[in-house]
Amino acid sequence: MSNTRLFWEQTLAILWKDVRCELRTRQIWLAMGMFALLTLVVFNFAFDLRVDNQTAVAPGALWIAFVFASTLGLGRTMAAEQEQGAMDRLLLCPVDRKAIFAAKLLGNLVFIGAVEVVAVPVFAAIYNVPVVTVAVLPILALGTLGIASLGTLFAAITANTRAREVLLPILVFPLLVPVVIGAVKATQGMIDPAGGEPPWLGLIAAFDVIFLSIAAVTFRYVIEE
Amino acid sequence: MQTVDRDLVSSRAPSARSRAPTTRGTLLGRYGELALAGATALVMLLAIGMAFFYAPPEAVQGNVQRIEYIHVPIAWTAFLAFFIVFVASALYLWRKDERWDWLARSGAEIGTIFTTLALITGSLWGRPVWGAWWAWDARMTTTLILWFIYVGYLLLRSYTGRSAAGARAAAVLGIVGFVDVPIDYLSVTWWRTLHPALQLPLGQQAQAPASVVVTLMVALAAFTLLFGYLLLLVYRLQRLQSEALRLRARAELDG
Amino acid sequence: MSMALSSPLAADVGPSSTARPLVVVSQLEKTFEIRPVLRKVNFALPAGETLALLGPNGAGKTTLLRVLATLVRPTAGEVWVAGLEATRDAHEIRRMIGYVGHQPGVYEDLTVRENLRFFARMYGLREGRALADELVERVGLRAKANERVRALSRGQTQRLALARGVMHDPTLLLLDEPDTGLDEEAGALLTALLRERAAAGKTTIFTTHQLARGLSLAGRALVLVGGRAVHDGLTQATSADQVRGLYRRETGRPV
Repeated sequence: MSNTRLFWEQTLAILWKDVRCELRTRQIWLAMGMFALLTLVVFNFAFDLRVDNQTAVAPGALWIAFVFASTLGLGRTMAAEQEQGAMDRLLLCPVDRKAIFAAKLLGNLVFIGAVEVVAVPVFAAIYNVPVVTVAVLPILALGTLGIASLGTLFAAITANTRAREVLLPILVFPLLVPVVIGAVKATQGMIDPAGGEPPWLGLIAAFDVIFLSIAAVTFRYVIEE
Repeated sequence: MQTVDRDLVSSRAPSARSRAPTTRGTLLGRYGELALAGATALVMLLAIGMAFFYAPPEAVQGNVQRIEYIHVPIAWTAFLAFFIVFVASALYLWRKDERWDWLARSGAEIGTIFTTLALITGSLWGRPVWGAWWAWDARMTTTLILWFIYVGYLLLRSYTGRSAAGARAAAVLGIVGFVDVPIDYLSVTWWRTLHPALQLPLGQQAQAPASVVVTLMVALAAFTLLFGYLLLLVYRLQRLQSEALRLRARAELDG
Repeated sequence: MSMALSSPLAADVGPSSTARPLVVVSQLEKTFEIRPVLRKVNFALPAGETLALLGPNGAGKTTLLRVLATLVRPTAGEVWVAGLEATRDAHEIRRMIGYVGHQPGVYEDLTVRENLRFFARMYGLREGRALADELVERVGLRAKANERVRALSRGQTQRLALARGVMHDPTLLLLDEPDTGLDEEAGALLTALLRERAAAGKTTIFTTHQLARGLSLAGRALVLVGGRAVHDGLTQATSADQVRGLYRRETGRPV
């Protein structure tokens, strides 16, 4: 089997394994979804959303919900390896560590994506904001990719630390500022287009490319002894 | 056994293959360090003198503007420190020599302090200028994000202890954080253009008389020297801590 | 009789020698933070041998195996497997080694078959399904093949772990206390496996606390005490009493 083919074969094998295990134990997936929905609802009480300033505030609520909910879920794909004897059983195999990263990343994308599929229509409904369109897909995709790239890397970093649930957001949130700004602005621009906006999607895309590369390359330093 | 006698220390020769050789002297040598300390003190005195007496009061702000001679160099040093953290982190991952880790850690500790001071001086300056303790000015906001990244770095260090795994993790954060900061600045600047609110009046240099520019340069030099000196001191502290731990390990080994 | 340990065998049989041993460990040291676990271990293992790695608890046996399995990087020293250096060529080495540690290293929420098919994919083995079925037969888990590992007994899990360890026909198999928690059937399986490998000229290293059994199953014995190799010789010339004596002698030495 050629190297590239083996790489992807291994990536998919790990991804399949993670998804299978998660479906069987169903630990975080549902909780993430519930958390995202709850955040959206609580925001509604916290901010006085009159019709006129809805466009300004609602996309913020959506993306905050995603970022917070993702942070909960990001730890899971790493925790799956922590149960018994750490990542040894994977590290032992002749597998490129970038493949492990790719698999964990894809796993996180799948989980966060699943949450988004539910949360976006609910958001559109309760905030009465027209986001269930095709145009929202690139924003969701790029934004989520940004969150997941850094999130997967830092989930691995914090996996073995004591206060991992709190440390992960502390480390990741400041780094995700460009994604949050970009995604919220892009969503606002989609709902209520105003002229002269900077290329927010381009910014997020550049962010994704840069940090995907850095994360993929540095991942092995984090998981290996 | 808590105390370790001299023989144990001197008889320990680092193995050729060991990746963490001891370094007997300081980075610059005793005289180099004294020279640096002296230079720092001199230039700092000069900068203070120039800031208060040589540079003229600014047309609009008056004497409040003088805080710029502290704020700008401190902010510059904070970012310089982060650059050092970045380079040291990358080299540590590549070379696995713990001396780079000591440097990264030192840079982060000093950088955090300088960033905190930058935020405080910026806020103090902003109060009379903006009328508020904080405005979401692009540079200040980026400095604030930098502060969070720094603190995150120190927290991570604290939670992972003096372990190689912790050093590697922190190194990754150092690299990612440094690459992130310019992107932060860009995104916040774009974000602010929609709300062209108050900025710290740093851009007045175009019309500034030469004396202002010169004072600023001297202040920059002073703080950079100060940073260098502090870096040296903290680096030595890191080295001593690591060596103390290693000696303790050896003592337990040979005991 | 036991070979002299003062001159590391690596000196005469370097990786370029034609009659090179499969495993060469040279001046290996491993320190976890401040705790030294392996202290200048030297040995060489010819291909086709079965080595019993013996020693009291905390002697460093597990760490040594993990270094050979490329899971742990040495602090100092070098490790060569089949002429490949463990830190540089870890990827290639992983293709040819199998490791079963204290933890069974299988996924609790997958079934026996799913586990085997997963690892077959990780090793790039074709016909994963057929291979899984074959292995399931060989270790006597056919009845439990579609049960999740969580539902298996310790002995059954261990059998699965062994299957995982040998599925890619490794040149070097590393087993860390493979006999703990085994039922009689699994114990017989292990013995058969070891004899099979020896007959096929494959190399195996295992650790055990059952001295008599270990010495009977292996051709060579390496005894570690306190992170040091204190005995390296043929099992024919080594008795269980002798080994016990070594444990007492080394650990009983006054600190």
